[in-house]
Amino acid sequence: MRNLKRQLLAGPYLIWMVGFVLLPVGMILYYALTTTSGQFTTFNITSITASVHLKALFLSLKLALACTLICLGLSYPLAMILNNMNGKRHGLIVFIFILPMWMNFMLRILAWKMLLSNNGVINTVLGYFGLPGLDVLNTPSAVVFCMVYDFLPFMILPIYNAMSRIEKDVIEAAKDLGAGSLTVFFKVILPLTMSGVVSGIIMVFVPALTSFAISDLLGGGKVLLIGNVIEQAFMQEYNWNLGSGLSLVLMVFVIVSMALMNSHGEEGGAGIC
Amino acid sequence: MSKRLIDLQHITKSYDKQMVLDDLNLYIRENEFLTLLGPSGCGKTTTLRIIGGFEMPDAGNVIFDGKDITGLAPNERQVNTVFQKYALFPHMSIAENIAFGLKIRKKSKSYINDKIKYALKLVNLDGFEKRSVDSLSGGQQQRIAIARAIVNEPKVLLLDEPLGALDLKLRQDMQYELIRLKNELGITFIYVTHDQEEALTMSDTIVVMNQGYIQQIGTPEDIYNEPTNAFVADFIGESNIIDGTMLEDRLVEVLGVKFPCVDEGFGKNRPVDVVIRPEDVELVAPEQGVMEGDVTSLIFKGVHWEIDVMANGYEWMVQTTQMHPVGAHVGIRVAPFNIQIMNKPESSDERAVEIDA
Repeated sequence: MRNLKRQLLAGPYLIWMVGFVLLPVGMILYYALTTTSGQFTTFNITSITASVHLKALFLSLKLALACTLICLGLSYPLAMILNNMNGKRHGLIVFIFILPMWMNFMLRILAWKMLLSNNGVINTVLGYFGLPGLDVLNTPSAVVFCMVYDFLPFMILPIYNAMSRIEKDVIEAAKDLGAGSLTVFFKVILPLTMSGVVSGIIMVFVPALTSFAISDLLGGGKVLLIGNVIEQAFMQEYNWNLGSGLSLVLMVFVIVSMALMNSHGEEGGAGIC
Repeated sequence: MSKRLIDLQHITKSYDKQMVLDDLNLYIRENEFLTLLGPSGCGKTTTLRIIGGFEMPDAGNVIFDGKDITGLAPNERQVNTVFQKYALFPHMSIAENIAFGLKIRKKSKSYINDKIKYALKLVNLDGFEKRSVDSLSGGQQQRIAIARAIVNEPKVLLLDEPLGALDLKLRQDMQYELIRLKNELGITFIYVTHDQEEALTMSDTIVVMNQGYIQQIGTPEDIYNEPTNAFVADFIGESNIIDGTMLEDRLVEVLGVKFPCVDEGFGKNRPVDVVIRPEDVELVAPEQGVMEGDVTSLIFKGVHWEIDVMANGYEWMVQTTQMHPVGAHVGIRVAPFNIQIMNKPESSDERAVEIDA
């Protein structure tokens, strides 16, 4: 009786898993391995070696890596500062960092398009002070900048969480045993926050690698990422087979990078999956 | 008398204008087991943290072995601390935990390995080198914390309620282990606790603190038998503390009855606090006592009975091996040398008045 009840409770979850995870992945697999007329082929997958696709893939990897490193570099010191603040103030700061996430993703990107454009707010202000204007819109820099802006909270929060879980006693014990500030950081704080760093890297790197909206709107068609290639295959060329094949390749990169990070983070505690 | 190792001089400390320690003076001798005892918020942990270097006093000096170390960081002091919640490094094995301090001092590998073996043996956990912190019970973790501290051969070991999180049986076992360790290592222990039994069992010297002031310093016997004021009497074990009047030398009136006692020098007709330990109250036949009363409650405590007796408007707490049922009519008697007379505090603040050491 109890078992039946449990199975009933799991029902909606099962429907979700099958309908929205397994089925789509199965369809991608099917489309990736067939031609438009339904015959078996590996062409859709091997077409990643086409120079346009390879270039897009490498640019995606490069920008995602840059975004991840910048996020990490910004987040770690910030998490430390937050952690050392007293209760009331750090709540406010965390809130401020999460606040932009309440706005629509597209709206945020469009806002940056307005801010960064040649006649935008930033250049107007710079011009007012007689400074040279920025010409970053439609460059990879603008894309990376916006990625960092969008994904930064996903890096800060797991690192901050890991850091706030470290007991003050443990830090004091390290000092008590003769450790200076540097030793405390490298032997105690860093290893104990590794799980947060790994979670953060995965949560920033994966969406950065697969994103296409940011490069679409801020790249002005000049920054072609693998996400854009896939989007075009589906939405413009109506070539679902090619789109699925490339998606599958991207999925492999995502899975490999997650597996790499997780195996690395094991000693520091559980990773994200 | 061994020499003074630590000298706390005029230590003052406050948080957010709340005075925690007010002009505290205390010295600790070499190889002494000294316990700071008091209720929470009395300043005992702050005192320990000032010795450890985790807190800076607002005023005053910490002298260690003749040198002023008031401004030194914790990692520059020759003391090690055992924390209440163990504070082991969760990402390291037991061996790595113990080796932490030694590695920082750049000791050789073989020296470190020998020390780990020795320390684990000392705390009865041989062979635990490769275990993880999570796989240990609370008592085992605390023993590792002690091992991690003592491998550094500190001159002083600071212990901040180290047994507070353990259950009763384990706590008692660990008390004996700590006494044994102290004797084997021959180093100074400074121990913080709010548990008076723990303090009485282990210490050479007990420092009773309340509201940032030292109330009494003495051996466990002194503190228990000759408390200097009602606070100490009440805090160290249970007591009957009754308002009385010192009629003349060696005679006190309590609850309308005159008791002969051994105290002198209080003057005539002075209001005083009369302290009588529950085990010093004798229950006898009604006609043999100086006071008669009725048993109102009876609790079996194992070794003894705890009995409440209502007599002359006061509920006496009595501990005796003889059973008296509830409702029994009994007489009360107290031997003169078991009556402690204390001056009444002049105001409620003065319960915390400083006693010159």
